[in-house]
Amino acid sequence: MSVQQQIEQKLQEAFQPEFMEVLNESGNHNVPAGSESHFKVTLVSDRFDGEKLIGRHRLVNSALKDEMDIIHALALHTYSPGEWNERGQAPDSPQCLGGGK
Amino acid sequence: MDVLERIQQQVDSYPIVIYMKGTPQFPSCGFSQRASQALAETGVEFAYVNVLEDPEIFENLPRFADWPTFPQLYIKGELVGGCDITLELFQNGELKTMVEDAMKGWEQSAEQG
Repeated sequence: MSVQQQIEQKLQEAFQPEFMEVLNESGNHNVPAGSESHFKVTLVSDRFDGEKLIGRHRLVNSALKDEMDIIHALALHTYSPGEWNERGQAPDSPQCLGGGK
Repeated sequence: MDVLERIQQQVDSYPIVIYMKGTPQFPSCGFSQRASQALAETGVEFAYVNVLEDPEIFENLPRFADWPTFPQLYIKGELVGGCDITLELFQNGELKTMVEDAMKGWEQSAEQG
């Protein structure tokens, strides 16, 4: 299973999201072609209702604990269903500055 | 001093501190760049630690507040979050209020102290 599929599967199980998008953005960064190092996750779930941003990110970080050890970056956009209805899209991720590590 | 004590001392010594890759002037990572830029745009002075220049902190900061990624923003000793949270708080205006309050509280306690 690819890292991307792994992320999708774990998030699906943990959050039963109304909407989920996992993008592999590694191609925007200074890594070999086909890498699975940089991801952007947009997640809409009622699990986030009434939860502050830091609490939401902690929930995702802990659901993806194993993956966080192998990937380099995770852009994370978490919304409750109500917030998502108002907003409808997540912001763009930053471009690479070549810092490595 | 133990590295976790060193980090604790840093977040206690500065009301606003960001741990980032590179510096606000020369960031080495897009996430660090965006977060430090948002902070700078609040107009409030902040401290930063370049984790690429301090391998010990780079290695250990993730377990300090159980947060796996960089950058990390601390206000009044408490983890606020990483890049995405910092930006979201900046865009909805909360970040400016938070840093201004932190500064105010800080100056007051310094006067009393």
